[in-house]
Amino acid sequence: MTIDSARGAPSPGAADDPSGLAEASPELIQLLTPEGVRVEHPDYPLDLTPEEVRGLYRDLVMVRRIDMEAVALTRQGELGLWASLLGQEAAQVGSGRALAERDMVFPTYREHGVAWTRGLDPLKVLAMFRGLSNCGWDPAEHNFHLYTVVIGSQTLHATGYAMGIQRDGVLGTENAAATIAYFGDGATSQGDVNESFVFASVFNAPIVFFCQNNQWAISEPLEKQSRIPLYRRAQGFGFPGLRVDGNDVFACLAVTRKALEAARSGQGPTLIEAFTYRMGAHTTTDDPTRYRLEAELEAWKLKDPIERVKAYLVRGDLADPAFFDEVDAEAKQYAADLRRRCLALPDPQPMEIFRNVYAEPHALISEEQEQFAAYLESFETEGSGS
Amino acid sequence: MSTTETLTLGKALNEGLRRALEDDPKVLVMGEDVGRLGGVFRVTDGLQKDFGEDRVIDTPLAESGIVGTAIGLALRGYRPIVEIQFDGFVFPAADQIITQLAKMRLRSQGALKLPVVIRIPCGGGIGAVEHHSESPEVYFTHTAGLRVVACSNPADAYSMIQQSVACDDPVIFFEPKRRYWDKAPVDRSGDWLPLDRARVVQPGSDVTVLAYGPMVKTCLEAASAALEEERSLEVIDLRSLNPLDFGTVEESVRRTGRCVVVHEAPVFSGYGAELAARISEKCFYHLEAPVLRVGGFSTPYPANRLEEHYLPDLDRVMDAVDRVMEW
Ligand SMILES: Cc1ncc(C[n+]2csc(CCOP(=O)(O)OP(=O)(O)O)c2C)c(N)n1
Repeated sequence: MTIDSARGAPSPGAADDPSGLAEASPELIQLLTPEGVRVEHPDYPLDLTPEEVRGLYRDLVMVRRIDMEAVALTRQGELGLWASLLGQEAAQVGSGRALAERDMVFPTYREHGVAWTRGLDPLKVLAMFRGLSNCGWDPAEHNFHLYTVVIGSQTLHATGYAMGIQRDGVLGTENAAATIAYFGDGATSQGDVNESFVFASVFNAPIVFFCQNNQWAISEPLEKQSRIPLYRRAQGFGFPGLRVDGNDVFACLAVTRKALEAARSGQGPTLIEAFTYRMGAHTTTDDPTRYRLEAELEAWKLKDPIERVKAYLVRGDLADPAFFDEVDAEAKQYAADLRRRCLALPDPQPMEIFRNVYAEPHALISEEQEQFAAYLESFETEGSGS
Repeated sequence: MSTTETLTLGKALNEGLRRALEDDPKVLVMGEDVGRLGGVFRVTDGLQKDFGEDRVIDTPLAESGIVGTAIGLALRGYRPIVEIQFDGFVFPAADQIITQLAKMRLRSQGALKLPVVIRIPCGGGIGAVEHHSESPEVYFTHTAGLRVVACSNPADAYSMIQQSVACDDPVIFFEPKRRYWDKAPVDRSGDWLPLDRARVVQPGSDVTVLAYGPMVKTCLEAASAALEEERSLEVIDLRSLNPLDFGTVEESVRRTGRCVVVHEAPVFSGYGAELAARISEKCFYHLEAPVLRVGGFSTPYPANRLEEHYLPDLDRVMDAVDRVMEW
C-alpha cells in the first residue's frame, strides 16, 4: 500500500492484487504460516530435523542482530552507510542455506544474510560500508562474489558464469554447480536484468534468479516498476517463475533448493520472486516517512520471519526457553565482538589508492604513485622543521 | 521587492526547475525518486506536489529507459529534464546519450531539436560508497552534439538550469553534490551571463587557475591563502565545458603567463589535457611555465576513507602554484 493508494488512487496492479500485498494469493508458495503452523505443498516437500530448524532460527537471529549492530554503528558515525536487511532475513537465509558449496552467488549490496550462510566474515562487509575498501573480499573463498552497487549489473555476470559452468560439462554430474543472482524489485526494470533473462533462457544456463521483492525501490513502490506480478515475467522469457513467501524461511529453502537442483541437472533457469518487505529505510540516509505509511509497516510486522519460526519451535516443543536465551546471548556476544573488531579496523594507508588497479605493472600508475609519495613526504620534512 | 535571496545550491536548483515548469507547460521532470521523495538530494522537492505526476514523473529504475524515453518525448515537443541519481549510474544510459541523443540533430540534417537536459550530481567529498563520487564529464565533452555545463554556486545553479532547459540542444548538466548545501545570494532578475560563457570569479595577476563545478570553491580558498604569501591568483570558473569559452581563458593566461588547471577527474586524458594543449598552442609566447594540472589519479575513485588523498585540496593547488611560480 502506498500513500497514494491509501488515498484512493487506483493502483495499476489492483485487478491482480486488490490488497496490494497478495498475501492470500494462491500462487504464493508457503510452508510455514505467519502463526508458525507448518503447511505442506505437494511440489515442495521439506523434511527438516529439529536440529536443522533450530539452526535456521539461529541464522535468522544472528543475521538480524548483525544488521542491527551495523545500523547502530552507522548512527554513531562509524559506518558511512548501511543497507539494512531487516525483514528480509528469511529470504536470504532460506535461499542461502539451499546452496551447495560449489554454487556461486552474485549479490547486490543488501545480501548480508546470504553472506552469513556462505561463511563470509561480516567484518568484511562492515569494512566496505565503513569506507575502508571498495568491497575487498576474494569471491573464490566462499563462492560469494563482490557486492554490486550498480543496479542489475551482476545478473549478467551470474548468467555468464553459469554459461561457463555449463561449458565445463559438469551439469548432471556430481560436480555440477549453479549460480544464483540476487536483485530487487526495482532492478527488474533494468535492461541488464532483462538481457540476463534472455541469455539465460536462450543458452539454458544453470542459474536461479532470486528477486527479493521488498515492495520498494527507494521511494518507488512496485507499481512504478511493473503492472504484473514479477514472477510472471519469466514466462515471457521462456522459463519458470515462482512466487514464494519471502518471510517463510522453509519455503524459501525448499523452493530455491529445487530450482538449484533443476539448474544443476541441466534444466535451465528459474526466477524466484520472494515476496517480502523492507522493514527499515532503504539505507541509513533514506527517510521512508516521506513516502510510505506506518500502517503498511505494521501489517508486515505480523509476518515477521523470525517470530514465525519461533512459534513453530515452541508449538512443536522443539526448543525450550533455554535455547532461545542461548541464541539471544550468542547473538549479543557476537555483535559486541563484531563492534569491537570493526572499531579496531585501521584506516587504509594513502598508497592503497594505487594498489591493485592493474594485474601487470603500469607505468602511469607507478609514476603517479612516486609523485604522490614525494608530495606526502614534503609535508613530513616541513613538519620536522628541517 | 528585492530579486535577490540567499539560497543553498540545492534549493536554487529546485527554484530554477520550478520556474522552468511554470514558464513552459512542455517542460517535464523525470527520474528515479524525483516525485514523492523529491530526489535523494531533495533537488526536486515539492515539484510533484505542485505540478502533478504527469509533469514530475517517477520513472522505473532504468537509466537507458529514462534517457531513451526522454528523447522520444523531446521528439514529440516536450522538454524533459532528466535526473540521473548519481554520476556512476549514468553509464547504463551512455548508449542512449552517446549514440542517439548527441547525434539525432545532425542525422536529421537539422530538422530535429533535442531539448533534453540530463542533470547529474557529480564528484566526491561526501563519504559515499562506490559509484557515488565520480566525475564523468569527459565522456560527454568528447561526444560531439552535447553541450556540457557545470554549475559551482547557487546563483549559477538557478540561472544555468533555466538556460539549459531553454536551450534547444541536449545539455549534460553537472551539479557539484558536495556543494548542494552551500549558501549564497541568488539573483532572480533574469539578467544572466550566457550559458556558454566562463566567469572570472577572482581577478588576479600572477597565475590563472581554471576550475569548474566543485573545485571552484577549493580554488577560491587557495586564492585567499595565496594572498597571504603575496601571490595573486586569478580564478576562472569555466561553467561551460563544451562549448568552452576559450576567449576568457586566453585573455587571462596571456596576462598572467602562468596557468594551473584543477579538476576532480583523473588528470590523464582529462579535461585539463584539452585546456593545457590549447593554451600551449594559443598562448605559447606568453607562457612563463608549462600549464600544470591538478586532479585525480589514474585509479578508480577510492574508498571514502581515502578520498581526502584523492581529491585535490587547497594544498595541492598551492603546490602547483608554487611550481609554476618557481619556473
Ligand atoms: C544503475 C543504478 N541506478 C540507480 C542506483 C541508485 N539506487 C540504489 S538502490 C536503488 C533502488 C533499488 O531498488 P531494488 O532493486 O528494489 O532493491 P532494494 O534496494 O529495494 O533491495 C537505487 C535507485 C543504482 N545503485 N544503480
